[in-house]
Amino acid sequence: MTAPTAPNDGLISPDLPVLTRKDFVTDQEVRWCPGCGDYSILAQMQKMLPELGIARENIVFISGIGCSSRFPYYVNTYGFHSIHGRAPTIATGLKTARPELTVFVITGDGDGLSIGGNHLLHAMRRNIDLNIVLFNNRIYGLTKGQYSPTSEFGKITKSSPYGTTERPLNPIRIALAAGATFVARSVDRDTKHLEEMLYRAAKHRGVSFVEVYQNCNIFNDGAFAAFAEKEVRAERMIYLEHGKPLRFGKNNEHGIRLNGFTPEIVENAESDEGLLVHDAHAENITLANILVGMDYPEFPVPIGVFRDVDAPTFDQLVQQQVDEAIAKGRGSLEEALRAGETWVVE
Amino acid sequence: MTTETQLKPEHHVEELERVTIRFAGDSGDGMQLTGTQFTRTAAVFGNDLATLPDFPAEIRAPAGSLPGVSGFQISFASTEIYTPGDRPDVLVAMNPAALKTNLGDLKPGGLLIVDKDEFEPTNLKKAAYESNPLEDGSLAGYQVVPIAITRQNELALEGLPLSAKDKFRCRNFYALGLILWLYGRTLDTTIKWATEQFKRRPDILEANLRALRAGYNFGETTELFRVQYRVPPAKVPPGTYRHISGNEATALGFVAASVLSGLPLFYGSYPITPASDILHELSKLKNFGVKTFQAEDEIAAIGAAIGAAYGGHLGLTGTSGPGLALKSEALNLAVMTELPIVVIDVQRAGPSTGMPTKTEQADLLQAMFGRNGDSYVAIVAPCTPSDCFIMAIEAFRIALKHMVPVVFLSDGYLGNGSEPWRIPDISELPRIEWKYAEPQEGKFNPYLRDPKTLARPWAVPGQKGLEHRIGGLEKSGETGDISYDPRNHHEMTLARKAKVDRIVDDIPLLQVTGPEEGDLLVLGWGGTYGSITSACENARKRGLSVASAHLRYLNPFPANLPEVLKRYKKVLIPELNTGQLALLIRGRFLVDAVSFNKISGQPFKIAEIEGKIDEVLGLRDEYVLEFTRSAGVSGG
Ligand SMILES: Cc1ncc(C[n+]2csc(CCOP(=O)(O)OP(=O)(O)O)c2C)c(N)n1
Ligand code: SF4
Ligand SMILES: [Mg+2]
Repeated sequence: MTAPTAPNDGLISPDLPVLTRKDFVTDQEVRWCPGCGDYSILAQMQKMLPELGIARENIVFISGIGCSSRFPYYVNTYGFHSIHGRAPTIATGLKTARPELTVFVITGDGDGLSIGGNHLLHAMRRNIDLNIVLFNNRIYGLTKGQYSPTSEFGKITKSSPYGTTERPLNPIRIALAAGATFVARSVDRDTKHLEEMLYRAAKHRGVSFVEVYQNCNIFNDGAFAAFAEKEVRAERMIYLEHGKPLRFGKNNEHGIRLNGFTPEIVENAESDEGLLVHDAHAENITLANILVGMDYPEFPVPIGVFRDVDAPTFDQLVQQQVDEAIAKGRGSLEEALRAGETWVVE
Repeated sequence: MTTETQLKPEHHVEELERVTIRFAGDSGDGMQLTGTQFTRTAAVFGNDLATLPDFPAEIRAPAGSLPGVSGFQISFASTEIYTPGDRPDVLVAMNPAALKTNLGDLKPGGLLIVDKDEFEPTNLKKAAYESNPLEDGSLAGYQVVPIAITRQNELALEGLPLSAKDKFRCRNFYALGLILWLYGRTLDTTIKWATEQFKRRPDILEANLRALRAGYNFGETTELFRVQYRVPPAKVPPGTYRHISGNEATALGFVAASVLSGLPLFYGSYPITPASDILHELSKLKNFGVKTFQAEDEIAAIGAAIGAAYGGHLGLTGTSGPGLALKSEALNLAVMTELPIVVIDVQRAGPSTGMPTKTEQADLLQAMFGRNGDSYVAIVAPCTPSDCFIMAIEAFRIALKHMVPVVFLSDGYLGNGSEPWRIPDISELPRIEWKYAEPQEGKFNPYLRDPKTLARPWAVPGQKGLEHRIGGLEKSGETGDISYDPRNHHEMTLARKAKVDRIVDDIPLLQVTGPEEGDLLVLGWGGTYGSITSACENARKRGLSVASAHLRYLNPFPANLPEVLKRYKKVLIPELNTGQLALLIRGRFLVDAVSFNKISGQPFKIAEIEGKIDEVLGLRDEYVLEFTRSAGVSGG
């Protein structure tokens, strides 16, 4: 008897389905608080999924625990609502075993960066072809309002009545440091941008990490309002586009340039000359790291794709080793049992 | 006849039924290799045998020190044997530290072979000897054979272009050659192995073979040994045999489960003693479609196994006790989502980091209960190194048919121990039944149970029309949606438990060895099989009414267990823990079982169990364990 061939190989539907947003809606009542930013992320995801041309049965959503992690119940694909912080591990096992599937990981700032920080780090370092979406509301929503690893220093919450004494993590910086090959940021309010980021993340081969600034209107209302509201967005956010100079403002009138390693604002920059040009495809992460250091109110907040590079994926490399070994001769159980020295007793 | 043979002293040949040898030396002395090579020779010769490697805890303890001693015990026989022997008949001590830590175990009057060159002041001091034991008369109770192994080895290798250090490292082959001669064995197996092993280092090969032959020839020409021993082959069932360790058998068993089921194997693991060898073995077997994943921690390892099982493959994870503790939350996720994963726990001495290189069977209750909520998993436990192969297949057979996580409880003694194994015919192996879900009428309900087994359908991504959501939150048994309904949770909890209980119809009955009813049943589980079986056999030879039975299925227990327990006046449960199976048996069956416990990191000796049997049967006063300063202390 020889080694098995994967029995699921045949399960992938060959024809590209024509699907609509509605095909990705489940019969479950959505249980987020009215006004929660999670609704927008769900809506953009459901709008984006049909564009991928992938059959529903070949898409899997895996989440941890948190308000955000309820997500899979509302998407009509395969879904796995797992345990706190561990979604990347389950997704890693699934994607490694079944590289042909499209796998999303849905996580929160607590789920992904506190309890599950290590898994997130390693999933990104391995460049496994997962689409990781981190809903960053800078608070623990589900447990009703404690500070999270992304809460601002000094923040007053239920568990920090005198203000936190911890400094926050920047999720994008973590992703860059871990070597993620696709790193992007968007906000719940900017639906078009969000949908585009989700689409590009899904299309990227290798690990994709998308941080979404998400408003928790119950426990951390307005966390991003100062720069993400429609009226101020153009002035206070800067949209990163590969190959383009960094510009912002109502009429794109301002720019960003570098002074040594420090970014500075060039108000009313008439020409693009001297402005920083975004390079999302750079192997070197220095530029992306400088950009991620820009924050409101000193700077406009960068959103968009920080990094988008190509590299072999973990799941493919594992599959390749298996394929190559099998090509040299599929394992025979009889032979494996008789490996090494044997002797016969009559 | 040549003059040379005429010079050879006459050696009287004595036939023995069983011999136990312990090779002991510094961790740098290659004692594990010496032991393994002797084992292979004995195995190929046809002896039944059992081995017990004993590694120091430190990877590189200072040379010559007490914590740096490494030992390897082998017992080989012309009859069926079950353990590596209580006390060695022969001790080979390559330095004073090895002598000091192992002498306590040597049988009174036993043969003691030492490398006398190593008994010089520095080494004696490192081993905390105040005077040289070879000279101060302290070894009077043994047959001491001091041999200048270091110097003779040096002479044998004279002229070879190797460093003094490299030459010194061939001493173990000298010792091996000598012992092979002493038991009338040929050098063939070792020569064959070395030739393959040192293919790319002809200089090292030459040196080792010279050392090997020099040791052998020394035995033949010296007058130090008056007797040469013979241990005839054992009468064992016909078939093709190989030598196998528990961890190797475990790895092969899971590959066999993959081949038998036709489902690819995924193994997620984080390195930990004594389970790492399973990862090493499986990572070689890619031509079986095995995917191994060295995870960032034990939680990730089991998470990934769950992901693979969710994807319709064989999801396997492996660890030791501390790792099982880390996996408990995720294991509960597998309980709740009813996914067929298998978790290997190669138990070691705990709690906490405990004694990583020492054995224990103290994770039974952790496996059984170590999770929040009312959480049931199936548990199997192999009882010998080769039994790991069969129980691995059993683990997945149960997991897939019943859609339940299974814990596979091995231990350090089984994992590192080895024995000859009659290679089974594939047709003798258990059949593994499984199926993916079929479409249902209306909305797919992932908890629509099989009426007989209560297994839920296994719907895997890629199956069209079966898209569904599972997770750790309680689900309605009727719709698969999240449910906080009181009755539903009550019923789902009972269903998850009943599903495990019903496995009882699918596992073999408990076998009893010895009288069908009588004075005493000795009940065990896991790696204690050998010592319990031997002790009971000995007791019966002494005319006592003692039977033994060994549990390989711990949850559920075999159907006939309650009835078997009733057939004996007394029940004795020896365990390498403080009484975990005993607690279950007493609690479950209201049987006043006597618990016999040893928590020293070492397996039971046969004599210890016999001592306890005698006590329980009223033939002696209370039996008290004695702890010799044995190899068990070599970790410092
Ligand atoms: C092992 C474990 N510890 C703690 C919890 C409680 N818990 C659930 S969600 C959560 C924090 C969620 O925060 P975040 O990931 O930011 O998600 P959000 O609710 O904000 O979307 C915590 C602490 C849990 N479910 N499991
Ligand atoms: S608590 Fe906050 S994050 Fe959670 S659902 Fe309500 S608004 Fe959204
Ligand atoms: Mg949050």
